[in-house]
Amino acid sequence: MSLLDVSGLGITFGGLKAVDDVSFAVPAGEIVSVIGPNGAGKTTLFNMISGVYLPGRGTVHLNGVEVTGQTPDKLAPMGLARTFQNLQIFHEMSVLDNAVAGFHLRERGSVWADLLGLPSVRRRATFARDGAMKLLERVRLGDLAEEEAGNLSYGQLKRLEIARALAVDPKILLLDEPAAGCNAVETEEIDALIAELAGEGIAILLVEHDMKLVMKISNHVVVLDQGRKIAEGPPEQVSQNPEVIAAYLGADGEEALHAEG
Amino acid sequence: MSKWIQLAILAALIAILPVFFPSGYYYRIGALVFVNGIAVLGLVILIGFAGQISLGHAGFAGIGAYACALAPEQFGLHPALALLLGAVLSAGIAALIGRPILRLKGYYLAVATLGFGILVAMTIQNERALTGGPDGMAVEELGLRDLLRDLGWRVSGGEFWYGVCGIALLIGAWIALNLRDSPTGRAMRALHGSEIASRTLGIDVARQKLVAFVISAVFASVSGSLLALQNRYITPDVAGFMHSIELVTMAVLGGAGSVMGGIFGAAILTLLPQVLTVLADYEQVVLGVIMVTVMIFMPQGLLPSIARRLRRTRK
Repeated sequence: MSLLDVSGLGITFGGLKAVDDVSFAVPAGEIVSVIGPNGAGKTTLFNMISGVYLPGRGTVHLNGVEVTGQTPDKLAPMGLARTFQNLQIFHEMSVLDNAVAGFHLRERGSVWADLLGLPSVRRRATFARDGAMKLLERVRLGDLAEEEAGNLSYGQLKRLEIARALAVDPKILLLDEPAAGCNAVETEEIDALIAELAGEGIAILLVEHDMKLVMKISNHVVVLDQGRKIAEGPPEQVSQNPEVIAAYLGADGEEALHAEG
Repeated sequence: MSKWIQLAILAALIAILPVFFPSGYYYRIGALVFVNGIAVLGLVILIGFAGQISLGHAGFAGIGAYACALAPEQFGLHPALALLLGAVLSAGIAALIGRPILRLKGYYLAVATLGFGILVAMTIQNERALTGGPDGMAVEELGLRDLLRDLGWRVSGGEFWYGVCGIALLIGAWIALNLRDSPTGRAMRALHGSEIASRTLGIDVARQKLVAFVISAVFASVSGSLLALQNRYITPDVAGFMHSIELVTMAVLGGAGSVMGGIFGAAILTLLPQVLTVLADYEQVVLGVIMVTVMIFMPQGLLPSIARRLRRTRK
């Protein structure tokens, strides 16, 4: 049984099938990438899996439990965390507080205790703070902990979103273009981080435009085109698939193939 | 700045300022600043932390005020207990109307809360037999001052209420500061930043908004109660639209995201009209110009903008 099982998932926006009958699975410790041209439905698929959109058809199973249509705040305690393609940072909070917010489920207590500043609040806050600090160091933002998040660069904010998602202590992590807008060095770092997380047993579902990154780190690639799954398999196999090259990869595909060597 | 330093500065200001008061009248103005400050603290939590607007919070001040006027008269309840009753009533009503209302966003929410405030003000105006209608009604003496006199501590009415409201403001600021850096406060500030991201972190957005709404209603209610008790008289204006707007303006002008900013805004907007009376006919114009200028050049509010500028020059 896989950690995440997506079966026959579909949604229609105003008569347009944005995602149609998509199925795949993500086992623990594996990196599964979803690729496809712009408008192929990758982010829509993500939004259905993470509960942001209500799927029109199909099912989502998390660890064997059906979670189709569950809201994101119900999915988080079950171990699903995600990042966003268009950053969703708490801009007016400090970098540290952004990461601490990720500990919400583990640091929350009674509202009364919070209002009265009881010692239990401090205990929980210290736990969350220490944990958040470790995660920030892991994504190399430790030095910027006290900075207001709005002052960070795009690449740094991408990493902050990963740290915040990790604070949820996920079993499965959905990363929506984590390397977009990052330079070569930053992309390498994110690449290494993702591989490391998978090594720790976290299942990773990745949407990424950087073909080099996808082909290098994925165990399994799912190709979408106009909302439909047109191919899936190991990266080497998918990148050789003529249908994939024709439908999507095109010039990029040549590049990717060369990169593969 | 740490919670305790902020509270110490506020306490010191409250304690020291009377030294500079030329007459007893200033105690009254001071107490008024504190009473407004308490209501504004509630809005700092609602607007500044949770990012939700209310243009009807004077409605809760009205509930608190008339609880203190009516409960002792009708049921012989002690005025101090009437204050508690008003707070519980406000919390209950806020919890009830908050659920449907807080699903709305932005100006829809503004209009819905506005409607609530008007509803409360209208009810108070129309229930003439009970509330005296637009003429208002008398409020029973709290009685605590007599108790102090019996203990041998003679204080004037002005001094007494300055002290009581000052202590109430301190407690309110302590609660707001506790909340700000607590898990609940952080969840509120997070949903203010991005609702969708908050939800993916497991934050129950609807619940957090409701908690902020209920807490802010209690602050407004206590503020209204203290106003009624110190004036010994109350009119429906306390629940009126203008009062709601005043409170929001104080919070936003002072810096809605900051506890001390909100109190600062309450102080400025309570004192400015008093100071500007020397300008006679131009009072309102100058007040308006000052407010517009502040919002253009310091959109985050007075105190946070000043603090930021100080920090920058120190670097």
